[in-house]
Amino acid sequence: MIRTVKAEEITKNIKEMCIEANHVLSKDMEELFMQSAKKEKSTLGKQIFGQLKENLDIAREDHIPICQDTGMAVIFLKIGQDVHIEGNNLTDAVNQGVREGYAEGYLRKSIVEPIERINTKDNTPAVIHYEIVQGDEIDITVAPKGFGSENMSRVFMLKPADGLDGVKQSILTAVREAGPNACPPMVVGVGIGGTFEKCAQMAKHALTRDLNEKPSVPYVRELEEEMLVKINKLGIGPGGLGGTVTALAVNIETYATHIAGLPVAVNICCHVNRHVHRIL
Amino acid sequence: MDYHMKAPVSREDVQKLNAGDYVYLTGTIYTARDAAHKRMKEALDNKEALPFDMKGNIIYYMGPSPAREGRPIGSAGPTTASRMDRYTPQLLDLGLGAMIGKGKRSKEVIDSIIRNQSVYFAAVGGAGALLSKCISTSKVIAYDDLGTEAVRCLEVKDFPVIVVIDSKGNNLYETAIAQFREE
Repeated sequence: MIRTVKAEEITKNIKEMCIEANHVLSKDMEELFMQSAKKEKSTLGKQIFGQLKENLDIAREDHIPICQDTGMAVIFLKIGQDVHIEGNNLTDAVNQGVREGYAEGYLRKSIVEPIERINTKDNTPAVIHYEIVQGDEIDITVAPKGFGSENMSRVFMLKPADGLDGVKQSILTAVREAGPNACPPMVVGVGIGGTFEKCAQMAKHALTRDLNEKPSVPYVRELEEEMLVKINKLGIGPGGLGGTVTALAVNIETYATHIAGLPVAVNICCHVNRHVHRIL
Repeated sequence: MDYHMKAPVSREDVQKLNAGDYVYLTGTIYTARDAAHKRMKEALDNKEALPFDMKGNIIYYMGPSPAREGRPIGSAGPTTASRMDRYTPQLLDLGLGAMIGKGKRSKEVIDSIIRNQSVYFAAVGGAGALLSKCISTSKVIAYDDLGTEAVRCLEVKDFPVIVVIDSKGNNLYETAIAQFREE
């Protein structure tokens, strides 16, 4: 059976999700944030955690964005192959949702033409990743991405001989160089394998994972745990002002790759790791 | 040490600050980020006036989200300072009193901070809602066409910042991180 979903319905949901993501941190992120705050040993670090908690409360209660960088809208759409979209072109419908959300939600319009730097004034276009899946539903994730941390993200085209140790060193290199610039405590998304663009996309997608979920592959789960410990030994701390909590989580995705390569992407996100998820 | 300090700042005030001090600023500060710095550089190249006198004034690297009705400003936290490094020494040589941002600075900027006896403060990155509470008025004074990147004059009260690079060149990012590093 083919199910029909109206394009306006997609627009409306994207609009609401852009506004929600920028004002309220998702429950999984907030819980992890609170748990991590208790582990901080630095006095200044504790003070910064306190300010960041207060910031979350003000954002929620006063309806003001958590961070002034309300990001570039990154949207993952998983579309069931039994869905028929009626009305507007799907990409236009998504961008219309971003346009309306950023206007009505008093969100910052941060998107410019790359060389001439002319602002599009409505925060479009969004970066949209489409995937066709089984079923008759549309699965939407909206993840507004700030650029303080985006600028500190890296892709490493390792050699097969670099192996797992090379992957670990790459992750540590990216986080060490990011330091205070990426607004720590951060969430680290990692993509291992695939091609140049596939590993980057996995690293981004890894940031949207519900933090209560763990990867099913044992070595990936162990690698996440090991890297979180190692990153927190770098000493960067909250605000980059020294401390024992530099990262809140390390989320890793993997994919098969070529016999000649080992691509690794590290996408860093600040403590405002925004992701809202809905199924239509 | 905790200090309450007036903005603009005097050289004497700046010289007593040490990396790691907490400072609450009250008075007038100015916003400028990437695009505004580029315009200011062009203005200097063309021997035109800058939007405000650098002497003793504080630049806050910040582009706010839009204000809701009845409020002075939207979310208003710091942006990454290093993107302004290319332009900063020239402004410091003109007497820029202090800068507020987040993240590392280049060696050229640090040398210029020492030479000009200035200071680099960090505000907490990602605390834009909280920091907006310390801003009572906001007025665009130049480059309005740049939208969020326009130069704004802000009145702030007890705006909380931390001294990261002081006038002697001490750098809190380096010393504090080294203290907790266990590699």
